[in-house]
Amino acid sequence: MTSIAKPKILHKGLRRNGLGLTMRDYEGGMSTLCAGCGHDSVTAAIVQAFFELDIPPHRAAKVSGIGCSSKTPAYFLGASHGFNAVHGRMPSIATGASAANRELYIIGVSGDGDSLSIGLGQFAHAVRRNLNMLYIIENNGVYGLTKGQFSASADIGAKAKKGEENRQPPIDPVQMALALGGTFVARSFSGDKEQLVPLIKAGLLHKGFALIDVLSPCVTFNDHEASTKSYAYTRTHRSTAVEADFVPARAAIQTSYAEGEIVDVELHDGSRVRLRKVSKDYDPGNRGAALDYIRSRHRAGEIVTGLLYIDESEPHFHVMNGTTQTPLASLSYESLCPGSAALEALQRRFR
Amino acid sequence: MSQDRVNDFVIKLANVNGTGSASANSLLMRSIFRMGVPVSGKNFFPSNIQGLPTWYEIRVNEKGRLARSGNVDVMVAMNAQTYLQDLHEVTPGGVLLYDSTWPRDKLLSRPDVTILGVPLARMCNEHFANARTRVLMKNMAYVGALTALLDIEREVVEELVRETFARKPAAIDANLQALDLGFRYAREHFDCPLPTRVERRNLTAGKIMIDGNTATALGCVYAGATVGAWYPITPSTSVMDAFKSFCERFRVDPETGERRYCVIQAEDELAAIGIVLGATWNGARAFTPTSGPGLSLMQEFLGFAYFTELPAVVIDVQRVGPSTGMPTRTQQADILAAAYASHGDTRHVLLFPADPRECFELTVTAFDLADRLQTPVIVMSDLDLGMNDWMCDELTWDDGYRPDRGKVLGAEELEQAKSFFRYLDVDGDGIPYRTYPGVHPKGSYFVRGSGHNKYGLYTENARDYQELVDRLLEKWRTAARLVPAPVVRTHPEADGLGIVAVGSSDPAVVEAIERLAEEGIHVDYCRIRAFPFGEEVERFLETHERVLVVEQNRDAQLKSLLTLETRCPKERLEPVLSYGGLPIDCNGIVDAVKRVRLAGVAA
Repeated sequence: MTSIAKPKILHKGLRRNGLGLTMRDYEGGMSTLCAGCGHDSVTAAIVQAFFELDIPPHRAAKVSGIGCSSKTPAYFLGASHGFNAVHGRMPSIATGASAANRELYIIGVSGDGDSLSIGLGQFAHAVRRNLNMLYIIENNGVYGLTKGQFSASADIGAKAKKGEENRQPPIDPVQMALALGGTFVARSFSGDKEQLVPLIKAGLLHKGFALIDVLSPCVTFNDHEASTKSYAYTRTHRSTAVEADFVPARAAIQTSYAEGEIVDVELHDGSRVRLRKVSKDYDPGNRGAALDYIRSRHRAGEIVTGLLYIDESEPHFHVMNGTTQTPLASLSYESLCPGSAALEALQRRFR
Repeated sequence: MSQDRVNDFVIKLANVNGTGSASANSLLMRSIFRMGVPVSGKNFFPSNIQGLPTWYEIRVNEKGRLARSGNVDVMVAMNAQTYLQDLHEVTPGGVLLYDSTWPRDKLLSRPDVTILGVPLARMCNEHFANARTRVLMKNMAYVGALTALLDIEREVVEELVRETFARKPAAIDANLQALDLGFRYAREHFDCPLPTRVERRNLTAGKIMIDGNTATALGCVYAGATVGAWYPITPSTSVMDAFKSFCERFRVDPETGERRYCVIQAEDELAAIGIVLGATWNGARAFTPTSGPGLSLMQEFLGFAYFTELPAVVIDVQRVGPSTGMPTRTQQADILAAAYASHGDTRHVLLFPADPRECFELTVTAFDLADRLQTPVIVMSDLDLGMNDWMCDELTWDDGYRPDRGKVLGAEELEQAKSFFRYLDVDGDGIPYRTYPGVHPKGSYFVRGSGHNKYGLYTENARDYQELVDRLLEKWRTAARLVPAPVVRTHPEADGLGIVAVGSSDPAVVEAIERLAEEGIHVDYCRIRAFPFGEEVERFLETHERVLVVEQNRDAQLKSLLTLETRCPKERLEPVLSYGGLPIDCNGIVDAVKRVRLAGVAA
């Protein structure tokens, strides 16, 4: 992935977070994506979320696969470890990383090609594993790096830049994650930072697999009139079911919202996601209803966004595996090797 | 039958799979082992759960020759479907035992074979009420008959029955009764013991009978591996089964139940190797056991790991290919696929264990080398070695061992360092320093499969890229110095003739050498244990005019690798191949040596 080092300019009045770091400390190299690319807005939202959560950059691990979206980890958290894996296989790298070090903040960035075609299997199994990570799909309906082929998220009837029409039904990662038992399922739009930043924060602190499908238009290959993944189309067809605010653990609870319209979900570190139901009949705690709602709105031509489903009670990857609290990679060798006496004893059954 | 064959014969048991014969056959073999007589057992089984023919071959040999012999001295024909084939296989002068509940005298006749009928089904039907028990106990009944016929000590068999079924007292009684049925029938109806028989010796002290996969799993435990990822595939599955069970025994906190390991059954082998790399990137020791098709699926990530310099231990328990091939038969046919796995310029370190003890030791070595060299290491086992019980020296462990984690910078070192660059060759051995995520802000770097320069930064610059891959070649030369040396066995009268082999071919080669020596023909032997080959292999090839390369595949893959990766001219190498899927025997090797010598004399 190409990247150009960004000059670090520090203004005196720059805001500092709880660690004394500025937003600059959470940035990465200069983006080499096309001007106006939705992905760059997502990058900016990620930078803001990490900064505001006071996460030490070196405690975060960025993982990605292949494609335009997978280049973006070079553009944020320059002081974090990064892993640009092979195409569609980022979830397995994240699984191994989490298995070895359960204390990392793992953020995966993928695209619709990387996650819904070549990597569909790995994506699905990461959801099933309820792997403790934030998984962002920057979804634009096309392959950018290979110049404009349809991806598996392209809608029926959507047209490519050269006029070709897509006839195959789209794969929706949100519906898939809901069907597979996903415990944090959200959709957002790269052009709506207000919505995206709190979602990223909540997703990072969620214990389990947090999916955010971000509609992130491709200005070069899929921002034309007949596209259903363009800026204009997304803006005009978007409806929000639930807005999420992120309330840090140390903040006082405010009760200025009208009763019945807000739901607080407590995350494991004590912070909360405050859900404001924009649509009255929507319940982000009901998996089946969420699926039905998303499908029926989709039929009506609407793209539903927001934190669509959250469940903090399901066991995550390490709970299911019964792994020790100490990261496996930090265990002493002495605590792992049974020693010569045990070897001698266990061989009795081979005599 | 006339000739006495004490402690030197082969029993072959023809069964139907799914009838419980495996445990009875294994018990028979272990009884002989406990009488102090060297023995080996080879299971020829179908890719099926119930109903297809399966064979188990036990070779008893007090000289310790434990390769498949190719002869059958005692056939136990329990499968009507294969009677004729089984009868045909008996060596002249041999014995065939069958279930005479349904007499087959006409069918089963060969003038040079003694046919013994034991009404196993009838006896078991009369004695046991439960239908499943009747089927199972037929096996123990023929073990009883063989105990009498082969003069196996009955107390030893009974002791093993009690140990095997220690947790199921009812099973002990039934098995002992069945054993008695067969034993008494044989004593009453035949002239026991036969001239082919077992006599107690003291030749198995300090030895164990263990399969390579179990020993490999122990190697993973003792090396301190904490993450195991895999996709089930025969014949490697039992590696992870064993790893899991050892971890349950040794790595679970008795109070909290927390596990100091994580076994992940992946969605496929692409994910399995990805999980391994994600784990080693973060400093855990991680491994994946697999077999040929799985190795094929891991190709992309293996090249990625080579290029980004991440450790990984892959256990390839080879089987017959290509594709599904014959998944329950053995071969050494992944040598080239493993050595050059992936696209682009890649080479991988391979280790070749030749018995279960080496499976244990070389697996530990594999983890040390993978960490030291920051690259995948592939342990090349195979079905014969992995799934059959082999007699080998007891496993021993040095409590002073500490893992070689290679060049890793910790928090303190990073704190003191001015800067850190991931791919800089600081020490001149081609091996850079690495860091783990989450340890220190100065340690951060980007793992990328795309072009990167020595500072770990993205590059599309020709010179930077070339510098990096040339340095990987320097590391490869370092690897050649670090890998285990070959085991060389020479004879002063060897006359310039040598054999080269790897892995499970070893017992057949050793037996061939011993048999040739009995005829006054002497051959040197170099058992290669690792790729890259290193200087000692070069020297062996240089100092022998003719070298027979013994291996279990059609295409002479080891020979090809030697041709490509050593200075040896290919005319000097003569392939000796066995690739039908059965473990190699010594006959083809003996013949090849004689043929090459004759050709040499003629020339």
